[in-house]
Amino acid sequence: MSAHETTKYVPSHPVARWFEDRLPLMGFSKELLDYPTPKNLNYWWTFGGILAFMLGVQIVTGIVLAMHYTPNAGLAFDSVEMIKRDVNGGRLIQAVHSTGASMFFFAVYIHIFRGLYFGSYKAPREVLWILGVIIYLLMMATAFMGYVLPWGQMSFWAAAVITNIFSAIPIVGDPILQLLRGGFAVDNPTLNRFFSLHYLLPFIIAAVVVLHIWALHVPGNNNPIGVEVKDKRDTVAFHPFYTMKDLFAIVVFCIPFAWFAFFAPDIFAHSDNYIMANPLVTPAHIVPEWYFLPFYAILRAIDFNFILDSKLLGVIFFGGSILILFFVPWLDTSKVRSGNYRPAFRWFYGLFVLNFLLLMWYGAQEPATHIIGPFTVADTSKLSVVYYFAYFLVILPLLGRYEKPRPLPNSISEAVLTEPRAVSGADPAMPTAH
Amino acid sequence: MSTDSNLAHDDTPDTGKRDFLYIASAAVGVVAVGGVVWPLINQMNPDASVLALASIEYDLSKIQTGQAVTIKWRGMPVFVRNRTQKEIDAARAVPMDQLKDPQLDQDRVMKGHDNWLIMIALCTHLGCIPIGESGDYGGWLCPCHGSQYDTSGRIRKGPAPKNLVIPPYKFLTDTKIQIG
Repeated sequence: MSAHETTKYVPSHPVARWFEDRLPLMGFSKELLDYPTPKNLNYWWTFGGILAFMLGVQIVTGIVLAMHYTPNAGLAFDSVEMIKRDVNGGRLIQAVHSTGASMFFFAVYIHIFRGLYFGSYKAPREVLWILGVIIYLLMMATAFMGYVLPWGQMSFWAAAVITNIFSAIPIVGDPILQLLRGGFAVDNPTLNRFFSLHYLLPFIIAAVVVLHIWALHVPGNNNPIGVEVKDKRDTVAFHPFYTMKDLFAIVVFCIPFAWFAFFAPDIFAHSDNYIMANPLVTPAHIVPEWYFLPFYAILRAIDFNFILDSKLLGVIFFGGSILILFFVPWLDTSKVRSGNYRPAFRWFYGLFVLNFLLLMWYGAQEPATHIIGPFTVADTSKLSVVYYFAYFLVILPLLGRYEKPRPLPNSISEAVLTEPRAVSGADPAMPTAH
Repeated sequence: MSTDSNLAHDDTPDTGKRDFLYIASAAVGVVAVGGVVWPLINQMNPDASVLALASIEYDLSKIQTGQAVTIKWRGMPVFVRNRTQKEIDAARAVPMDQLKDPQLDQDRVMKGHDNWLIMIALCTHLGCIPIGESGDYGGWLCPCHGSQYDTSGRIRKGPAPKNLVIPPYKFLTDTKIQIG
């Protein structure tokens, strides 16, 4: 940021100075703490800190669990039960790790939807956004492989179904499938490699998080009004202002997290996963973890052939629904970042959020369940798939052209002083002070 | 190029030679990296013990008409169903134009053993095991994404693209088969 002048940090103690001359670690840390941050960030902005905290929780509990877990098809199921029953404090450590995955995804969805509403993906933050999408993809892969490790029925069939997605690729699909599984079906070799990768990927995520934060510090934070920082009066130091705010948010976030871990460790799980994996029986009703449900619903909604066969087409839509996020910075043509100043966008965005939740609900239903009259989940969920893609491919490109945004404040300071309520975005009808 | 006398005493570097060396060494480097990476990827392919389980024998004599068993071949479940005459007739009465993946019932069984339907028990969509004697067509219904198969194991409805796969098998005697 051009507004902030960096002066070389010179420690007062001679030993510290000697060290700083050789490795400027303290100067680097000080720069991170002094990082000028827009002063109008609301609580939606605390989820970045919450996510960093959750990554730490998952890595620490995961390393501890790996000390007791056995990645072998004959022993894995019992070793997880052993962790829950016999290992000192194992019941809680395992619960923190498994419910932690859900809390992690809850936080990442808030973080992503915050970015989508406040236009945090727009120039000059495209690379920051793309790194975020990469982290999200890595999280999905990690969570999926972690779900397989307890080797229950849901674990096994999740592994079977998800690896099978690759068989939809023409010609090379089947060889790839065998390569991923290490056999003709999901079996011990699959479990072994999933354990290896489940241990590796979080560290790759941590590395991409470093890049994500680096890419954040180059342009600086976006903020609720979407107007760039203009001078020093628009910012406050990251520490203590946002370290405290983030810490408070983390504490609040930990209240439901602790409740789940202590009192409802299986609330996100499926009872079938207490049956050991059986390659000869598929559970009567397979559902993925809640955080995959919207994409699962999209996969399942494509049950018709159209040029390509339904399977490949479903997989293309399934993959496309996530990969499309990479292109959002270029699909959204509006120059205005914040949804607070985009009267039409707000409606389409709200509908997009509801539609996403609806897809999540569809994903948990049986395809033959009737919704309205003769129409089943298999029929009506197609409408949601259409809106999901239309939002990115039609609405965002066109809105930028036809929508008349409300006038923007001149600066963050002006917005903070004259229009305090715009920060929370609570009142769309409020006239704009200018 | 030492034969090029014009350039022999010139101070300008011979960029053609330099480019060639650059490309040649890069090409060798790519081959070397590929040689190192391939075994690291290939180790993920099915190992010798998995490949060794490629063929099994099974005795059919205990399966009554209308019964089905699921056996394991190459780690995959295989349906062996002794079909009733009604199921066979139903499968053969279906006109080809109603099928997503058209195939005659006769082509899905061994001649003279028309009652025995032997199929890999994995839905061709994403590999769940379909549930027998259910769905709208009296065949199989996949619990995962709702694909439905008829009494010949042919796909009739839902996201699966293909009929249930027939594994390579042969009748050793009238009551004994070898799969694989």
